[in-house]
This record gives sequence, structure tokens and C-alpha cells, in this order.
Amino acid sequence: MIKLKKKTPLIDQHDKFGFYGNKFGGNYCAETMRKPIEDLSKLFEKLRKDRKFLKKRDHYFKYYLGGETPFFKLENLTRHLGGAQIWCKDVSAINGDAHKAYHATVNALICKESGKRYIAGDTGAGMFGKNLAMAAKKMNLKCKIFMGTKDISRQAPNVKFMRDAGAEVVPVDSGSKTLVDAVSECMRHYVSNCDNTHLAVGSAIGCNIFLKICAWSTSQISRELKKQLIKEFGEIPKLKLINVIGGGSSALGFWNEFIDYDKKHVELIGVEAKYAAPLSTNAKVAILHGAAQYCLTNKEGQIADTHSISAGLDYPGSSPLHGFLKDSGRARYTNASDKEALAAFKLITKLEDIRPSLEPAHAWSECIRLAPKLKKGDVLVVNNCGKGYKDKKIYIEQLGYYPK
Amino acid sequence: MKNSINNAFKIAKKENRPALISYTVCGDNTKEKSLQILNSISKDLDIVEWGIPHNCPTADGKDIQNSSYRALQNGIRLNDIFKLVKRFKKLKPYKPMILMGYYQMIFNYGDKKFIQKCKESGVDGLIVVDLSFPDNKNFAKLCKKNSICFVQLIAPTTTFKRMKEIAKSSHEMIYMISTISTTGSALKYSIKRIIKNYNVIKKIKPSKNVVIGFGITHKTISNLRSADGLVVGSAICREITRSLKDRQNPVTNVGRLVRKLKNKIL
Repeated sequence: MIKLKKKTPLIDQHDKFGFYGNKFGGNYCAETMRKPIEDLSKLFEKLRKDRKFLKKRDHYFKYYLGGETPFFKLENLTRHLGGAQIWCKDVSAINGDAHKAYHATVNALICKESGKRYIAGDTGAGMFGKNLAMAAKKMNLKCKIFMGTKDISRQAPNVKFMRDAGAEVVPVDSGSKTLVDAVSECMRHYVSNCDNTHLAVGSAIGCNIFLKICAWSTSQISRELKKQLIKEFGEIPKLKLINVIGGGSSALGFWNEFIDYDKKHVELIGVEAKYAAPLSTNAKVAILHGAAQYCLTNKEGQIADTHSISAGLDYPGSSPLHGFLKDSGRARYTNASDKEALAAFKLITKLEDIRPSLEPAHAWSECIRLAPKLKKGDVLVVNNCGKGYKDKKIYIEQLGYYPK
Repeated sequence: MKNSINNAFKIAKKENRPALISYTVCGDNTKEKSLQILNSISKDLDIVEWGIPHNCPTADGKDIQNSSYRALQNGIRLNDIFKLVKRFKKLKPYKPMILMGYYQMIFNYGDKKFIQKCKESGVDGLIVVDLSFPDNKNFAKLCKKNSICFVQLIAPTTTFKRMKEIAKSSHEMIYMISTISTTGSALKYSIKRIIKNYNVIKKIKPSKNVVIGFGITHKTISNLRSADGLVVGSAICREITRSLKDRQNPVTNVGRLVRKLKNKIL
């Protein structure tokens, strides 16, 4: 069994080839990309120790993204389900409407430091694309967003946002026309333009350096949560942290500060979309987008098609860091169907004032399943990592309404 | 035949021209057609490369993506590829055959089993696009043990220090990527700059056969004729696409194109 190291940040537990637990990650990329990613790794290692840079990051997080996101108890839902206490870390309250705001902002800052003028990123649900477009505009960078044509049509509000912010949205019409092809096309763009373009991979996937930057950026969520928990409970209570998993960037940020805790103390639960669920359906390890990871493939090794109502979860792979957490037994993974996610949205919005997007609706679904089986003393925290407005059209199609 | 790759370069050198190397996708557009195409063009070629189609080809441009897509649509599998290689080698026993692909296809099959199968079916060399130095050390060793040439790649972004290490660890052939791009885009650099990069590599290890690939067409090929070898891939795949679209026979059209390429470097 793979073992995690204590007191070493999760992202730094790789060997010199970029592998976690000898199995996940690595740098499976074209020779052309080797030098640029090596340069980026050096720059990132320098910046994360650079006080001035950290100050700048914190400044942006506070004044540009709006500072700490709220943490509160969902009294009605708790009462309704009659089991564990249910708490919400409402990351969707951030300026930018999703955890991708941290990741996009950090990438734009790194791009600026690297002296490159162009930034390119992939997006599925459009949350990363939108935030990258905003950050690029703010920092005077030229931005290209790669997005599958299926996603462009189902996440139209975010596409408009990207275009309004001045980004070029590049439609990707190959393969499944979703996130997996958008990432591939974005990587191709980088291979061809790595001399002047910074690649911002939209989730904690890709070659080693890309997933490191991503998980490092989103870890702001758990830094805040830790403080908020201590403020509320005077200590870190017995917890279950529930997070949706697409690539896995929000979960890594939500869990980062709690990795060293015993799993009986802080349990980590990841929720995938039922038909895009490599971690919870015993998929094989495969190489996708530059890294070894749990990934859905067919027998021949071709990358499999996925199906999810949620564009952000419609991806066959998973972060190598989640493979690492799974095999070490630190996190456990389950999944929820489209129907279950929609039902969760219905219940949550009936009882509470939050409006989750389709992605966190999957996490809420697991919370609803789990809470009644637990006791009052148990604390469930769900990362409400995205705002629902982008899925308004889908919710109306599926449920017949979108709550006020 | 052992060292058939080295031999191919020797023959070309004797004729005072670069070795001409093709890249097509195995199974494009059908298994039989891809074998027919290769068989018909191989008389003008020194080495043939066959691509193993993958549905997530992150280093390939549109032309090779289209070819891979067609091949996969027609149900090509890795075991079919080995069978086709065997048949090709029966037809042309002395024509070196290099398989090129993404590591996922090999990893899924199993490194050892894959190399064993390559050996059995007569593969002479392997190019694995996304298994770069030094991560490929063990795999390259395994190839060598089985008398298969593992072809290392060098890009315009490769540093001189790294270039030296790669050249040192490479087998008889090195693949130089002409320009910062995916396969099949236009050359971004001047011919002069490409030749300069080529000479840097040659100077490190004059004994290695260095071939240039990416973006080579009938328009650019003659200017690069001082290289040990030149790879034409996307231009051929494009011709297959065009032929299919115009309902013409790709075998004759691709044959004509390769003949034209050959004439440019004679």
C-alpha cells in the first residue's frame, strides 16, 4: 500500500520524475514541452518561497477575489435530514463564482512573472475559462480559452463572460466535443506556442508542474476553513469533508490542510459523476494529458467516452493526486448520478439560500445520503464550489424551474 | 534483419541523398488500404513509419488526427497492427519499419509484451512521442535488448546540455523536430535556422543518423536535403484525406506524392 508522508505538503510528495507513490503523475509530454515545463517548475518553486510574490497573491485573493468565503451551518437541511450537522463552505461566494478563481489568478500572476504575454487555458464548465479571462484582463495578458463545442452551448453564460472580458474562445469540435478534447487542443496550442505562451491547465491534471500549481492555488480554501472551524468549534471537530471530483482541483484545495489528520478524525469523501467516475468505479491507471492517473479507457487503451449533465465533471481522467489519496486509503470516492444531483439541488434550494451549480450538486447528493445515518455530534462540511446561475437553463429544462 | 535502419541510411548516403521516411497511420482508412498504400510507396522510401492511432493525440495536428480517427473508426487494434506489420515485412523484408505512437497504448498493453510483439512481427524501431528523456531510459534499454532501435527526439527547445545527454543515450537514429509545433503545421523557422540546429546535433555525435521531421512538404524538402534523413507525415495523411474526399484512390495519389518527394531530393 502507498503511504503518505506526514508534514510534507501533498503536492511535494513526488519523486524526481514527478511520480506520486511510484505510480501516479509523471511528465508524459512531447520533447518540445520539456524545457518550458522545467522553466515553469523552477519559476514556481522560486515564487512560492518569495515573500513579495506571496504578498501579491494574498492581496489579489483579498481585494480582487473578495477575501474569505463564508462558512455556515445549514440549519434547515440539518433539521430536515435529522442526523449529522451540515455545514457549508461557500466557495461560490468568491468573486468569480468558483474555486477556479484562485487557480486562474495564480496562473495569471505566474504568467506575468515569467514575462510571457499570452496565457492559454482549457475549460469545461466555463468557470476556469471565465476566471482566467478576468484575471488576464486585469493583468493585461492576451487570453485564449479552449472549450468543447458541446460545452460552449451548454454553458453559454460563462462563454459570454469570457468574450466580454476580451478572451478569445476557441471552439474544439473534435472527439466528444467536451473537456477532454479541450485540454488536448490547449496542450497542442502550447506545444506550438510555448515560447511566448503560459499554459494554465484548468484542473489538477497534466504534467507534474501543472497539478502542483493548481492544488497550491486552491489550498486557500482549506486554510480558511481551518481557521473558521476553530472559531466555531474551538478545535478541529470530528469531520467529514465532502467534495465533488471532476479533475479534482477543488477537493485538493478543500482537503489540503487536513491531509495529515487521521481519517477517523477528518474523513475525506470525493463524489464523482456516475458515468465519469474513474476513482469510484475501479478504472485502470492510464496515461492521459501528460500524467498517469485513474482514467476510464476501453480494453484497447483508448480513452473512453463519459456522460454527465455537468460539463465540469464530464472528464474521463482524474488528478494523479487523487489516485495517490485513494491508493493510500486517505480519501474515499463515491459517485452520484445526474438525477441524484438534480434532486439534491431541488432539496437544498427549497430549504436553504444557496444555489449550487451542477458540480457541487453532486457533493450535496452524497451529503443527503450520508447525513441521516450519522449522529448529531458528527460534522459534515460540503464545499459548495460553484454558483448555479451558469446551469440555470439546464435546471429549468430538467426541473421546470430555477429558484429565486 | 539486424541493423537494417543503419543500412538504409548507408544506402542513401552512397547515393548522396537523405533517406526518405514516410509516416502514415496504420489502419488509415482501412487495415487493407493502409497496407496497400505502404506497400506501393515503399519502393521510393528508405524507412517507413507507421503510427499507432490513439484517440487523445496531444502532439498531433489536424491531418494526423484525421487519419487516426479514420483508422479507429474502422476498428483497428494493436494486435491488428502487429499482424499488418508482419505482412508488410513479408512483402518487403529489407524495408525498415518503425512504429510511432503514444505511451498510453504501450503502457496499456504492457511494456514487455509490447516489445516482444514488436520483435516477433519485425518492427525495427520505435518512437514514443510522449516518453521523453530521461524517463525513457528503462524502456530504451528494453528495446536495445530486443534489437529494436529506440528513437529519441530532440526539439528546438531542447537545451544543449540535454541534447548531449540525449545524443549519448540514443541508438542509431535521432529524430529532430524542426520547429516548435505539433505535427503538420508550416515551418516557423527559416531553413537556415533548422539546418543550424541540425548541425549542432550532428556535431555532438556524428555517427548517429539524424532525421528532420514536422512540417516537411514537397515545397520545403529539397532545401533540407543535407540531412541524414527527412520524415514526411502530415503531407501524406493530408493527401489520403483529399483522395477520400474526392473519391479517388489514395494508393495512386499517395504513390504520386511520394514519387514527387523523392525526385526533389535526388
